[in-house]
Amino acid sequence: MGRTLSEQILSQAAGRAVQAGDFVVVAPHVVMSHDSLTPSIIQILRSELGKERVHNPQQLVFVFDHVVPAATVGTANAQKTVRRFAAEQGIRLFEGGCGICHQVLVEEGIAQPGQIVIGADSHSTSYGAVGAFGTGMGSTDVALAWATGRTWLRVPETLRVDITGRFPPFTDAKDLALKLGRLLTISGANYMTIEYHGLEWLELGGRQTLASMAVELGAKAGIVPPDGLPRQYAVPHWLKVEEGARYARRLEVDLADLQPQVALPHAVDRVVDVDAAAGTKVDVVFLGTCTNGRLSDLQTAAALLRGRRVAAGVRLIVTPASSRVLAQAAADGTLQTLLEAGAALTTPGCGMCMGRHQGTLGEGEVCLSTANRNFRGRMGDPTSHIYLASPAVAAASALTGVITDPRSL
Amino acid sequence: MARVWKFGSDVDTDQIVPGRYAPYMRPDADVGEAAFIEARPEFAKTAQPGDVIIALHNFGCGSSREYAVEALRRRQVGAIIALGFARIFYRNALNLGIPLYESPEIVHALEDGDAVRLDVAGGTLERLSGTGGVFALPQLPEFARQILQAGGIVPYVRRYGRFPGEEG
Ligand code: SF4
Repeated sequence: MGRTLSEQILSQAAGRAVQAGDFVVVAPHVVMSHDSLTPSIIQILRSELGKERVHNPQQLVFVFDHVVPAATVGTANAQKTVRRFAAEQGIRLFEGGCGICHQVLVEEGIAQPGQIVIGADSHSTSYGAVGAFGTGMGSTDVALAWATGRTWLRVPETLRVDITGRFPPFTDAKDLALKLGRLLTISGANYMTIEYHGLEWLELGGRQTLASMAVELGAKAGIVPPDGLPRQYAVPHWLKVEEGARYARRLEVDLADLQPQVALPHAVDRVVDVDAAAGTKVDVVFLGTCTNGRLSDLQTAAALLRGRRVAAGVRLIVTPASSRVLAQAAADGTLQTLLEAGAALTTPGCGMCMGRHQGTLGEGEVCLSTANRNFRGRMGDPTSHIYLASPAVAAASALTGVITDPRSL
Repeated sequence: MARVWKFGSDVDTDQIVPGRYAPYMRPDADVGEAAFIEARPEFAKTAQPGDVIIALHNFGCGSSREYAVEALRRRQVGAIIALGFARIFYRNALNLGIPLYESPEIVHALEDGDAVRLDVAGGTLERLSGTGGVFALPQLPEFARQILQAGGIVPYVRRYGRFPGEEG
């Protein structure tokens, strides 16, 4: 009998053959946490687990991305605590401005195919873009992993999505991710891994977009089979799609008739074709996040914005996913194009995604965002509205001031 | 006597505690005071220890923020009973020792504001208001029962020296 990718990865780590439904205790290859929660994890390690040192500092990686540079005295002090802890224990730390944790771990090759990467962040499903089993956990689970070097998992069932065709013009992986939300709903993959088949041709950034949003359907992990990855990702010989693997559910999606998609407030599965949302007035357009802050996303937006200006009364906020993305966008002229169109640029990181800084929304404001969730009040005041869409829809909407189909420009 | 707070489907952790109210952002505040502060301000103001949260599908979806669960623990929520839970929330709640049950019978029978008596050890929930009735709390999966009995994952690991599912 064949095995799913999750069964393969968790069997390998557990040192025995396991299948969906089994419990395993494994040593994750990487345990990631960011500035927002690492202070609380340090506290749990010390006060609840009574430990001063982590089991294996090499497993850990810290990334400052949620509030960077520090916006308040409290966040500054919390970051100081984490810096000191990292230095004492010999833990890798990526400073504020390096980028969003999920982008940094992929760019730096810290997350690799076949590995288990746990993160104190729900979008840790992102590591499935490179064929890793990435999953998010709470602070206590992560503190236990620090203390013991291990964690426990139930091997998930798998939902297999078979994708055929190629993206029509002006659509991309974000439209597919939103379409999957529409087809499967916000809990449609709860407790499961999503495997995305038929995407050998898709570039890494698109895979990251898809895998990051697996959690929006409730998934524990979201894995793209690791075929066609750049060479810096070494695929272990034992990791490959096996015939006869058992899937809890299968879904087929043909890209041929994919339209640009928009998620309406306040749920990521309230998704419509762009026509149904077109004309809605927006105050802010946000281009960024672990879902859509990469060079290709900035380039897509720049291609539409070139030689034009953002509509009067609209703020376009661009937050590159990493300093590397920023440097590349500066080198190839993308950044210049965005700035000439009227974009405001912020420090690489999460930016306004969580409503804490760099563009927090006020009462009743409407934001069209390339992020992954549009829960009520996530980006600021609870009366504000968040629409989710691709970089192309974002750029088109920034130009007109209303939600706009990029094909209509 | 405890009160029922009833919620709909897909209550995300941003509703339980908005990111702007995280301990990281408000290091001097008690996160318990922020429980449902924007989504259900009466809860934030008046929920009492032992009160029961009832919800429909997919309670606790979205962000992995454990401080959402911590806020409910500080408010000493007696139990959360839903048609279903989001994965990370379920695990976080067990880890922090909050009993949580999937029971369509209870979810459909009880209304917001009902007065109830919860007996986790005895496995019952009694309705004191309206038409009354005693409901059986469903059996938890074995690993969940053991974690809750220990009082959460930290006391569990301290007591047994291993994780759930690990050979003793
Ligand atoms: S960009 Fe947004 S979704 Fe991604 S890690 Fe940061 S806060 Fe979370």
